[in-house]
Amino acid sequence: MSRQVEDLNRRLLRARDAMDRAYAEPLDIRAVAAVAYVSEAHFSRTFRAVFGETPHRYLQRRRVERSMFLLRETDRSVTDICLDVGFNSLGTFSRTFRQIVGETPSDYRGGHEPMVAPNCFQMTATRPVVAAEAAGAAGAATRSSSFGEAAAVTAP
Amino acid sequence: MITKLNVTSVRVLDQNEALDFYVNKLGLEVGRDIKQGSFRWLTVRVPGDPGIEIFLEEPGPPVHDEATAAQLRELITKGAMGSLVFLADDVRGLYETLKARGVADFTQEPTEHFYGIDMGVRDPFGNAIRILQPAKVAPELQ
Repeated sequence: MSRQVEDLNRRLLRARDAMDRAYAEPLDIRAVAAVAYVSEAHFSRTFRAVFGETPHRYLQRRRVERSMFLLRETDRSVTDICLDVGFNSLGTFSRTFRQIVGETPSDYRGGHEPMVAPNCFQMTATRPVVAAEAAGAAGAATRSSSFGEAAAVTAP
Repeated sequence: MITKLNVTSVRVLDQNEALDFYVNKLGLEVGRDIKQGSFRWLTVRVPGDPGIEIFLEEPGPPVHDEATAAQLRELITKGAMGSLVFLADDVRGLYETLKARGVADFTQEPTEHFYGIDMGVRDPFGNAIRILQPAKVAPELQ
């Protein structure tokens, strides 16, 4: 039993790594689940059981973290940054950013200078905690999903 | 006053598989390999740098009870057990070498930053390894 758990963890970690590597691409859950050799139907639930959040949320936080990095470090427009990090709609990007970070991309840019730290440290340490969940709102609201798993986000 | 880091450890699921990866794939050399009953003191190190050894530690008796060992193995495979950072003189060349040796679990391809070129890879068990070729302008990282 234990070996099976370890093997599943390792495969899910590989899928998580794939999201960290390819966040800028139009990932869909089928492709990421395939990395883990897990069926699409089971992927979100097992990923959440192992890492504490759905793959959809993991990818959102990675994309928002990378957008925060680009807002701090570059002069690129918010629209360009939205596309750079893998969102395909400015509306979805702005809404997701605000929900996770607690302010708009422009306000965030206005309040933050470049951070002098290795990129791997920034990716590890600054992937944002969801502001609404941290504040105790618990993120209970159903969210729309571009990852094809909206139902799984609120599943127990 | 402490003068130097001497031994650190990375927890692995299987010492033989770890030895193959860290020596035959990554290019480290064997430091110590001493057996005492079921305990095996197995270390690897950067070639030419015998002062710092990495203990490839397999969770289990006599150090850990079975339940603790199972917990550690779960955390290892979640990638939750820490990381190693190495310096290298040619990260792009090393990336090609590792690929040629069959390494596939890259977390990051060689990427250029103001402080140098780095890449990321996982060992077969889930431990994160980063390799940096420092830029000349970042002496504090050398």
